[in-house]
Amino acid sequence: MKAFSYERIDDAAQAAARAFEVPGAKFIAGGTNLLDLMKHEIEVPLHLIDITQTGLDDITETDEGGVRIGALVSNTALAANERIRRDYPVLSRALFSGASTQLRNKASTGGNLLQRTRCPYFYDTAMPCNKREPGAGCAALDEGADTRQLGVIGTSEHCIATHPSDMAVALRVLDAEVETINPQGQTRRLTLDEFYRLPGDTPDVENVLEPGEIITGVVLPAPVGGRQQYYKVRDRASYAFALVSVALIETDDGKGRVALGGVAHKPWRRDEADAELGNGAKAVMTKLLDGARPTDENAYKLTLAERTLAALLAKE
Amino acid sequence: MDFNQSADENLFDHARIIGKPHTRVDGALKVTGTAPYAYERHDVADNPLVGYPLGSSIAKGRITRMDATAARNAEGVAAVITALDIDELPRAESNVAKLFGGDIIEHYHQAIAVVVADTLEQARAATSLIEVEYEETPGEFDLDDAWKRLQDRDVVSHVGDVDAAFDSAEVTLDETYHTASQSHAMMEPHATIADWCDGKNMTLWTSNQMIKWTRKALATTFELDPANIRLESPYIGGGFGGKLWLRADAVLAALGSRETGRPVKVALPRSFIFNNATHRSGTVQRLRIASGKDGRITAFDHSAISHTLPGGSGEDAVNQTRCFYAGENRRVAHHAIDMNLPEAADMRAPGEASGLAVLEIAMDEMAEKLGMDPVEFRILNDTQVNPEEPSKRYSDRHFVECLRKGAEVFNWSARNTTPGGKREGQWLIGQGMAGAYRGAPTLDSGARVRLSEGRLIVETDMTDIGTGSYTIIAQTAAETMGLEMDDVEVRLGNSAYPAASGSGGQMGAASSTAGVYAACVALQGEITKRLGVGSARFENGQVVTDDKRVALRDVVPNEELVGEDTLHFGDFKDELEIGTFAAHFVEVAVHAYTGETRLRRTLTVVDAGRILNPVTARSQVIGGMTMAIGAALTESLNIDSHRGYFTNHDLAGYEIAVHADIPEQEVIFLDTQDGASTPLKAKGVGELGICGGAAAVANAMYNATGIRLRDYPMTLDRMLDRLPGA
Ligand SMILES: Cc1cc2nc3c(=O)[nH]c(=O)nc-3n(C[C@H](O)[C@H](O)[C@H](O)COP(=O)(O)OP(=O)(O)OC[C@H]3O[C@@H](n4cnc5c(N)ncnc54)[C@H](O)[C@@H]3O)c2cc1C
Ligand code: SF4
Repeated sequence: MKAFSYERIDDAAQAAARAFEVPGAKFIAGGTNLLDLMKHEIEVPLHLIDITQTGLDDITETDEGGVRIGALVSNTALAANERIRRDYPVLSRALFSGASTQLRNKASTGGNLLQRTRCPYFYDTAMPCNKREPGAGCAALDEGADTRQLGVIGTSEHCIATHPSDMAVALRVLDAEVETINPQGQTRRLTLDEFYRLPGDTPDVENVLEPGEIITGVVLPAPVGGRQQYYKVRDRASYAFALVSVALIETDDGKGRVALGGVAHKPWRRDEADAELGNGAKAVMTKLLDGARPTDENAYKLTLAERTLAALLAKE
Repeated sequence: MDFNQSADENLFDHARIIGKPHTRVDGALKVTGTAPYAYERHDVADNPLVGYPLGSSIAKGRITRMDATAARNAEGVAAVITALDIDELPRAESNVAKLFGGDIIEHYHQAIAVVVADTLEQARAATSLIEVEYEETPGEFDLDDAWKRLQDRDVVSHVGDVDAAFDSAEVTLDETYHTASQSHAMMEPHATIADWCDGKNMTLWTSNQMIKWTRKALATTFELDPANIRLESPYIGGGFGGKLWLRADAVLAALGSRETGRPVKVALPRSFIFNNATHRSGTVQRLRIASGKDGRITAFDHSAISHTLPGGSGEDAVNQTRCFYAGENRRVAHHAIDMNLPEAADMRAPGEASGLAVLEIAMDEMAEKLGMDPVEFRILNDTQVNPEEPSKRYSDRHFVECLRKGAEVFNWSARNTTPGGKREGQWLIGQGMAGAYRGAPTLDSGARVRLSEGRLIVETDMTDIGTGSYTIIAQTAAETMGLEMDDVEVRLGNSAYPAASGSGGQMGAASSTAGVYAACVALQGEITKRLGVGSARFENGQVVTDDKRVALRDVVPNEELVGEDTLHFGDFKDELEIGTFAAHFVEVAVHAYTGETRLRRTLTVVDAGRILNPVTARSQVIGGMTMAIGAALTESLNIDSHRGYFTNHDLAGYEIAVHADIPEQEVIFLDTQDGASTPLKAKGVGELGICGGAAAVANAMYNATGIRLRDYPMTLDRMLDRLPGA
């Protein structure tokens, strides 16, 4: 860990302005991801801006009948929130399937969206990784690499990492929007699809946030109802990242939406796949995973995604 | 005391304290966080500096240049020692990988520098300022490649005529299996505070299972007289064989202390546990079994390979096959392949765990071919003698009783016998079982007991790696001296105390308690001498002779009486097979769509001689079984076969079982005693639980799905496309 300076700023707009102005500044919320990365010197911020006292920790109703979740709401509080459990159960389930109780108590909504990949080579600073060090190469794409956990679709010849968040998969299926404020005080809202980027030739750039721009919250549209499920498949029963996860909403009119975690650089969803829901898991996955480029070691994820969706659709 | 023949009836057959469920005497220290672990011994090592290691980023080759100037100039840094600053340290007999010094790189994360600074953060940050250049040479990292190439497997032993037996056999099995490389993944990393300030006398507060061996290894490594080395390791946060040896933490802390003239502490970073320290090698195994239609086994043919750095012994997976089941013709071969991965060495039940993980699947497969119940098949092939050497009988073997008792309690007869035939919703339900066999070796063990004011202090260099040594040693001393548990204080893990077996090879409990018994008997001799009586009984805190009773505190007031002895185990044991046995029964659920496997219940029935303490013994057995479940389902050190290292080198990537993976675990101890083992008629259980457990899970998965998996860990991707789904 490199030495860094620290300050706490209790207003989001001011924090954004300050982050823009101080070289090498980064926000710190729960710190559950950032501090690990700093210890390994995968991230080396020169200045930390603590945003935990910005007051962005409310869950409120929106005029549209939806819910606005402050960026500092903890994963525990969000998962346990009565309104979320009733109207957006897929989100509550996704959160509860992530990390551990202790981590969820610290983890924030904004930090969860911005957690970094779990690619084993990203975590080992002796290994080449374009995401950690642009242009260094990608150890995961070399012969003999360990890729069982890595991405199968939307990957590039520069990076095949996945985004590890469970929460983000549920938010994607709920059509949530990320709300931000920039150093100039301007706010904007982005769908998760707009917010996250595919690796392309800049895997180090994972989202569209501009320098200093801070996440202030996440907005859920009015509830869509329907049967909502989140199925996270992993090797052990708890405390593991998803091999594949499926967020599913089936509405009464026989329609619905599907998003996948554990397969891509962002939560993975396609309108044309949603449209196939009435035709079963295979039809959905044919559309959803069209263009997949798995490795020998992780091709099972294609089968697993389909079978997991089939399990959710089966009424047993 | 010499132990030259099997124990007859003795005081332990009428025990008050031994064999009773005493909770851990060190429990309060553990749960209050006050047990003094090595890295926190600030009470004895004043204001230590902190050392942080740098590991090699290549697997094989040599260092051509190192520049530590920037690190040396970094804030708070007191010293930097690089591998190029000193010659390669002499290797102790017990070390295979080199620990430090010189330009040659043998494996990834070999320690190549240590930075010593005021704080951990300063030391860690400065390591990344060290510039290193390497000349890399290609290495061997792929065990499957070696298996394919290998023609001449070493024959370890061949009895009878295996080829002829297979030619004439009515039923045969011939399959190939894989077990994964595994990490001890203990909670406390290897950690040491070293005080070698004067470059002469070395004191280490460390976390080590084997005080005597490690002191010897230090003497070789640093060319010191062992008399100048003091080692203390009273509390150890898990070892599983990973802390049997001298490792880089102690070496780097010692070098740092000599260099700076201050005590220095080093804990291996978590990633070093996987690639710098030792691990269990993966194996490839081919197992053939032949039998008649009646189910009697006529031949075993088992060959296996594992990896090792040159000079190591690998993971010998064939040993149990030599003597677990009957059969006249038997051949085993193990080949340790020189590879350039980190050092493979002992991990809980070294060899046995990997061998039985395979043998016990093969037994299940044979039973199926024969149309026999797997329990009955094992009973039919039980043996009371070593089948390789029938003149050697088992001293006390109740494997059949384990099988029968287990089947009864588990309600085995009610199980579904059609693989894939039982479903509850989306889950396929299966039951499986396996046998377990682990030798029960003993090592000479010494202790000293000191009686003063009616209180007894026991001192031995035996260690407690979380197993319960403190408690069973206190029980042994209290029992022998006629005292209560509260009257006894146990001090362990110090090189100033008489040498005991240490903790390893499941011999610690049996050996060290025997040594403590011997020391107590010596003290009794001293007491009767002082009292001028020929013999006496020790009970209720008193010495009792025919005509008098003297309280122990009154034997010689205001004086300490000392007894010290070593229990020497005699050669008569070599004429016997002394072992421990178990039968595991498990129930699993496998998701019909996704292939996730979840345990539902486990039962282990154990025959391991007198159980010294059913509470601590149970926790060993369920701990072993938990590790077996990890081995069966998730634990694997993933090898990057191009770069030559274990990629998943943290506890998020190396998946040991977590609470949610472990269901209700039941353990039943058979009421057995083995007089050939020790005066207490006890044997170890520390490694028995992991033996065979993985195969029981595998067999239950087969029963659930009808898909036979032969490669560990049995993750869902291995069977996904063969599962039924809807
Ligand atoms: C052992 C372990 C297991 C885990 N398992 C899972 C799992 O199974 N599933 C899962 O989904 N997650 C898992 N996680 C990840 C966990 O969910 C994240 O670490 C957590 O959500 C991050 O939140 P935080 O508030 O601690 O973020 P921090 O660590 O504080 O920050 C993370 C990043 O977000 C930035 N940031 C934080 N808040 C804002 C904001 N408002 N605006 C702009 N930038 C911001 C920070 O600058 C930093 O770059 C696991 C983590 C660990 C350590
Ligand atoms: S897959 Fe991405 S994160 Fe992993 S090594 Fe390659 S570039 Fe780095």
